[in-house]
Amino acid sequence: MSSNDTQPADVNHPEGAQIKREERLAAPNLPADDPANSYAAAIKDAAIAALLAGVLGFFFLAIRTDIAPGGLEVTTRWALWIISMIVVFGGRLAISLFFRGGKAKGAGNKVVSAVAVPGLGTWLGRILFAFAVILPFFFVYFFPGRDRQFIDLAILIMTYIMLGWGLNIVVGLAGLLDLGYVAFYAVGAYSFALLATHFDFIGFWIALPLAGILAAFWGMILGFPVLRLRGDYLAIVTLAFGEIIRVVLLNWYEFTGGPDGVSGIPKPTLFGLEFTRGEGGFADFFGLEYDSIQRFIFLYYIIFILAIATNLITMRLRKMPIGRAWEALREDEIACRSLGINTTNTKLTAFSTGAMFGGLAGSFFATRQGFISPESFTFLESAIILAIVVLGGLGSQIGVVIASIVMIGGIELLRNLDFLQAIFGSNFDPTQYRMLIFGLAMVLIMVWKPRGLISSRNPSAIYKEKKAIGADMVAQGEGH
Amino acid sequence: MADTKDMTAPASTGRAWENDAVLTVEHLTMRFGGLTAVNDLSFNVGRGDITALIGPNGAGKTTVFNCVTGFYKPTEGRITMRHGKVSNDFIERVTDTGERYRVEGNAGVYLLERMPDFTISDKAKVARTFQNIRLFAGMTVLENLLVAQHNRLMVASNFTFGGLLGLPGYRKARQASMEKAIYWMERVNLLDRADDPAGDLPYGAQRRLEIARSMCTDPHLLCLDEPAAGLNPRESAELNDLLQFIRREHGTSILLIEHDMGVVMEISDHVVVLDYGEKISDGDAEAVRNDPKVIAAYLGVDDEEEIEEILEEDAEIAKAHARGEEVSDDVVMPEKAKAKSKAKPKAKKAAPAKARSEPVPAAAGATPAPAMAGGLNAPRDGKGDNLTRIKGIGPINEKKLNAHGIFHFDQIAAWKAADVKQAEDYLAFDGRIKREEWVKQAKTLAKGGDTDFSKRVDKGAVPSSRSGKGKGGSK
Repeated sequence: MSSNDTQPADVNHPEGAQIKREERLAAPNLPADDPANSYAAAIKDAAIAALLAGVLGFFFLAIRTDIAPGGLEVTTRWALWIISMIVVFGGRLAISLFFRGGKAKGAGNKVVSAVAVPGLGTWLGRILFAFAVILPFFFVYFFPGRDRQFIDLAILIMTYIMLGWGLNIVVGLAGLLDLGYVAFYAVGAYSFALLATHFDFIGFWIALPLAGILAAFWGMILGFPVLRLRGDYLAIVTLAFGEIIRVVLLNWYEFTGGPDGVSGIPKPTLFGLEFTRGEGGFADFFGLEYDSIQRFIFLYYIIFILAIATNLITMRLRKMPIGRAWEALREDEIACRSLGINTTNTKLTAFSTGAMFGGLAGSFFATRQGFISPESFTFLESAIILAIVVLGGLGSQIGVVIASIVMIGGIELLRNLDFLQAIFGSNFDPTQYRMLIFGLAMVLIMVWKPRGLISSRNPSAIYKEKKAIGADMVAQGEGH
Repeated sequence: MADTKDMTAPASTGRAWENDAVLTVEHLTMRFGGLTAVNDLSFNVGRGDITALIGPNGAGKTTVFNCVTGFYKPTEGRITMRHGKVSNDFIERVTDTGERYRVEGNAGVYLLERMPDFTISDKAKVARTFQNIRLFAGMTVLENLLVAQHNRLMVASNFTFGGLLGLPGYRKARQASMEKAIYWMERVNLLDRADDPAGDLPYGAQRRLEIARSMCTDPHLLCLDEPAAGLNPRESAELNDLLQFIRREHGTSILLIEHDMGVVMEISDHVVVLDYGEKISDGDAEAVRNDPKVIAAYLGVDDEEEIEEILEEDAEIAKAHARGEEVSDDVVMPEKAKAKSKAKPKAKKAAPAKARSEPVPAAAGATPAPAMAGGLNAPRDGKGDNLTRIKGIGPINEKKLNAHGIFHFDQIAAWKAADVKQAEDYLAFDGRIKREEWVKQAKTLAKGGDTDFSKRVDKGAVPSSRSGKGKGGSK
C-alpha cells in the first residue's frame, strides 16, 4: 500500500516497481562501493564553487580602486583573491565529503553502521580513559613550563564532564529538561563550604557525602512541584528554581555571606596529609621535594575518580530496572503507568540522582577554589552544562566527554588566539571574538549533527547482537 | 430475544460472567463537564472468558477502559476486581471501610475506582494495551519486555541498592526476567527481532509486542483496545490464536474493544454492546448478534425498511428457536446488511403496507415509545420526508423520530414547547432541539424552502439517510 501512496507511477507496472524498489534498496550502497567516484565528484563540485567565488570576488577582492590625486587609482590584490578561492574550494570540499559521507553511511547497510558506531565509541572511550589516567604526568613531563595551567584546565574540563554526566541522567535518560541544574552544584558547594567553615572536624572527605545527600534532597524538593509539568513548563520551572537558589544565596547574608561569599574553605587532604611545604606535609612524608603542582595533581585525581564513579554508577543504573524505567519514562509516560511503574517515584529518583552528582561536583568546586560566591552559579553555568549534554548527544556518556573537551577546552583555547593576528592584522583582538567564534562553532556542530555528536543509543539489555538504535527512533522526552 | 435465550439456557452451561466474575462494573457513570460519556453502565467480565466490548464510534468504550485501568476517575460507580473466590459480603466490607483493596489468603478485592493507575497494574493485575500503540519506540523489543517486569525487578534489586552491589538475589531475578521476555518473544514470533528497536517493527508486530509486553506484568485481566485494528486477515487470525493461547495457557481473562466483527464473533464468549454510553445488549455472541437493537445501533441501518426487514428476520429466527430448530448462523452481520442494500428497491415498494399494518414504534424502539403529539402510524403517501435535512437530525435520530410517528417536516414544525421537551427527553438531547432550531428549520422545509444545511444535504455533502443528490431526497 505504501508504495502506492508514494510512487503512483509504480502501480501500473508492478514488475517495474519491484525492480525499482530493489534498485532503491541497493542504491545507498553504491557510493560506499565506489569511493573514488564520490571524491572526484566532490573535487569537481568544489572547483566549481571556487570558480564562482573567483568570478564574484574578482571586483571585490582582486581589484580595488582608491581615490588618488587626479582620479582613481587601481590597486590589485591577487594574493587575497587566490586565498579566498582556495578557502572556498577547501570549505566546499570538506562540506561535501563530511555531509555526503555521513549521509551515505546513515542510509547504508544498517548492521554495518550499527556495529561500527559502538566499536568506535568504546575504542575512543578507552583511549580517552588511558590518557586521562596519565594526563598530569604527561603535562608535567612534556610541558614543564605550562603544566600548572594545563592541569588546571584538565580539572575544569573534568568537573564539567562530571556535571554533564549528572545532568545526563535527568535530561538524557529520564528526558526531563532541567534548566536549573546549577542549583544542585551550588547546594553541594555551599553545603561543604558552610559545614567546613562552621565545624572544624568536618573536612572534605566527610563533607563530600553530606553534600551529595543534601543536593539529592534538594533534587527531590525540586522534583515535587515539577512532577505534573510537561514540556516548556517543566523547563521554565526548573530555570526558576535555579534562580531562586542563587537569589537566596545572594540575599541571606547572615547564613551564606551574601555577595561576599564564603572564603577559607579547607583544602582536601590525602589521609590527613596536607599539601603544604615543610613538616608533616605530603612531600615531606614521602620524602619528595615540595612542588605546588602536587596539589593540582591530587585535585585532578579526586575529580577524575569522582567523575569515573559517576559514569560507572550511571552505566550500571542504566542496566538496572530503575535506569530502564527512566528511559521508558522518556519514551512514553502513559505506557509506563499502564505497566505499573510509579512515575512519580521514578522522576524523583532521576532528579535526586542527578542532583547528587551535581552536589558532589559542587563540593569539589568549593574545595578547589577555596572561595565561593553566588557569582559562580549563574544561569550561564546551567546553560553550559546543558549545552554539553545536548552537544554530546542526549544520553551518551562518551558524547559528554567530547563535548566538554570541545566546549570548555575550546573556550580556553580561544583565549590564546594570537596567531589570528597574523591573518587579520595587529589591530585584531581575538579575545573579543572568543564567544562569537565559539557560538558559530556550536551552530555548525548542531547543523552537522542535530541530535548531538553521538546520537545513537546503546540498548541496556542484549539478547544476541548489540545494535545501536538510531536517533530518529529515540524520543527526547519532555521539554525538547 | 436475548432474554428468551437466557431463560432457556440451562444454568449448568456455566456462564462465567454470571457465576464467577473477575471484574464487576456497577453503575459506572463518567461525565466530562456536561457530556455524559458513560451512563449507569453495569456489566461483568467472567473469569477465563474473552469478553468483547463493542459499539459504534463514540459509544464510550475507551472511556470504560480508561475507568477500569485507572486513567480516568469515574464520576460514579464501583469497579471491582476479584482475585480468587470472593464473596459479595467481602466486597461490601472492603467498600464500607474505605480501603482501596484488601487481600485475605487467596482472595483479594480491589476497588479499581479508588486506586491510582499504576497500582492497578501492579496490585490488581489489570494490564492494558492502547488504541494507538504505545511502545517504547527507542528501546529494543527485549527492553520493552523487561520494562514491563519493573516492579518485580525493583523488589529483587532491593530498590536498586542491592542490585548496584551485585547481590545474588537480583542476578537470579534478572535471569528469570530474561527468560520470561524470551518466552513471550517466542510466543509472538519476535525472537529474531529481539535487539531491534520497537519503533522499527511493522505494525502488526508492534501490536503483538504490546500484548506480549502487557502479559509480562502477569495480569489476571488483560484489556485490549482494538487489538485487530489495522491488521490484515492473516494477522487477525494470528491474533485470535494468540488470545486463545493466553486464555488457555495462562488463564488470563480478556476484555477487548473491537470493531472487527470477525474477531469478536469468533473468539468472544461474552459480548457487551454500548451505544451512547449505555448498555444496549449483553450476552453471548449468538444472542448479541441477533439482537435488533444491536443491529440498528451498531450497523447504523439507514432505512426504516431495513429495520423492518431485520426485525422480520429476527422474528423468524426467534420462532425457529422456539421450535427448537437450528438456525444457520453462517451469515454474519455485515453480509446481512449488504444483502439488504441489494434488495432495497423491492423493499421500498413493500414498505408502506408493512409500516401501516405493523407500526414501526413498537418494533424499532427498545421500549415501547410514547406516541408524540401529531404522531402518525405511517408516513403520508407512504414515504416520509428526509428529516436529516434538518440540521441536528442524523440518520439514527431520524429513525427514532420515525419510531414515534414523526415522518414529515410539518409535524416538527407544529411542535409546541412541551413536544420539544418530550422529544428531547427521549433523544437525551439537553436543549439541543431548541438550540439548533429544529422547529424553525422544519417550518422552512415544510414550505418547500431550503436552509443552508439542507442545501448541503441535497448536494450530498453531508451523510444523509437518503442516498442520491437533489431534492429527491425528500420525496
